Amino acid sequence: MLDLNFKALGSAELSIPAGWLTLCHACDLPSRVGNVPVGGTARCPRCGSVLYKRVGDSLDRTLAFALAGLFLFIAANAFPFLALKMQGNVTHTTLSTGVRSLYEQGSPIVASLVLLTTILAPLLQISSLIFVLGPLRLGLRIPGQARVFRVLRSVQAWSMMEVFIMGVLVSLVKLLDMAQIVPGLALWSFVLLIPVLAAASSSLDAEWVWRRIGLEE
Amino acid sequence: MTPNSETSRGENLASCHDCGFVVALEGGAHHAATHCPRCHAVVHRRKPDSLNRTWALVITAAMLYVPANIFPVMRVISMGKAQEDTILSGAIYLLVHGMWPLALIVFFASVVVPLLKLIALTFLLISIQKGSSWRPVERTKLYHVVEAVGRWSMTDIYVVTILVALVSLGNLATIEAGLGAVYFAGVVVMTMLAAESFDPRLIWDRVRESNG
Repeated sequence: MLDLNFKALGSAELSIPAGWLTLCHACDLPSRVGNVPVGGTARCPRCGSVLYKRVGDSLDRTLAFALAGLFLFIAANAFPFLALKMQGNVTHTTLSTGVRSLYEQGSPIVASLVLLTTILAPLLQISSLIFVLGPLRLGLRIPGQARVFRVLRSVQAWSMMEVFIMGVLVSLVKLLDMAQIVPGLALWSFVLLIPVLAAASSSLDAEWVWRRIGLEE
Repeated sequence: MTPNSETSRGENLASCHDCGFVVALEGGAHHAATHCPRCHAVVHRRKPDSLNRTWALVITAAMLYVPANIFPVMRVISMGKAQEDTILSGAIYLLVHGMWPLALIVFFASVVVPLLKLIALTFLLISIQKGSSWRPVERTKLYHVVEAVGRWSMTDIYVVTILVALVSLGNLATIEAGLGAVYFAGVVVMTMLAAESFDPRLIWDRVRESNG
């Protein structure tokens, strides 16, 4: 059952009314968030944790970054990631080669952790952003948006692409005097994907989105 | 733009862990729960059983930390000879090859970060259980740091993954993940779960109680 609920987003709905009540997630102090200017941050007066950040054009920006992220993610998984040249032999690998090799060598736990943190979590992050924000941009509410948006929160901590690049760097140094390493198109896509996804999360205004997709209000 | 604060006592408010919606809860118990009207997640005043869960995960991680450092994380088999690398010897290899900035990063990410995370969480747990009201702002910041920095411990796991991928297909050498890698993966997951199950609001509960 697809319950499409067409709602035009009037300009009055585009901002959060000043004076809304929130509790600090770190110290539980209730605060009323006033008029936060674009680019401004409201902090808890007691412990200094961030209560709310206001980003200009949050919906458009976040959606744009998420869509760019989707293309980069596809490129990062479809093209060769690294190639190794050793005594005339060339070995091409993709992002998932390591996961597969680890699994075949009998390390399913390590393989799953790498799969989760470098492929599944970023994919879930990108696709859930598009699933929630895409319809919102078109003024639609579709079932499941709230559920998917909750998943996004828990998945973010497990997306570790920047740490993976550090791992690539260390590996390159370790192989330096043993073989020649050729970076592939996927590696560059992956490197670009990191700031793009970071920009997507930092331009996301979760409170604003929750006010649009909330189940009962 | 700082928000106006108001007193929190006696209001029985709770914020949804998933979407931040503020809900009025019946009764003052920490474990009173209801469903969030906005996102349907279960709302608790505090994360359920936070101290016990965090303790259990910290202790598990501490036990895994020992074999993670003793057993080799990686085995290189080249022309019949096998060479094994532990976490520490991997960092030393980089140091010997003159890559000291990278060696330092690997040493910090793999050895120091997990250890500091365990020490910091233990300190926070004990300070809460002793009812301490000492420097709550700094302790909250310490928690934020623990939460943010833990992911970098994955560096060594990724190095093993990449080397296994690149070299296992070549004919001259094979690289295999060692037992240490499994324990090390366990340390990373357990410390991340521990940081997530810890509730920083408990730090402030004691402060409030001791003030009034």
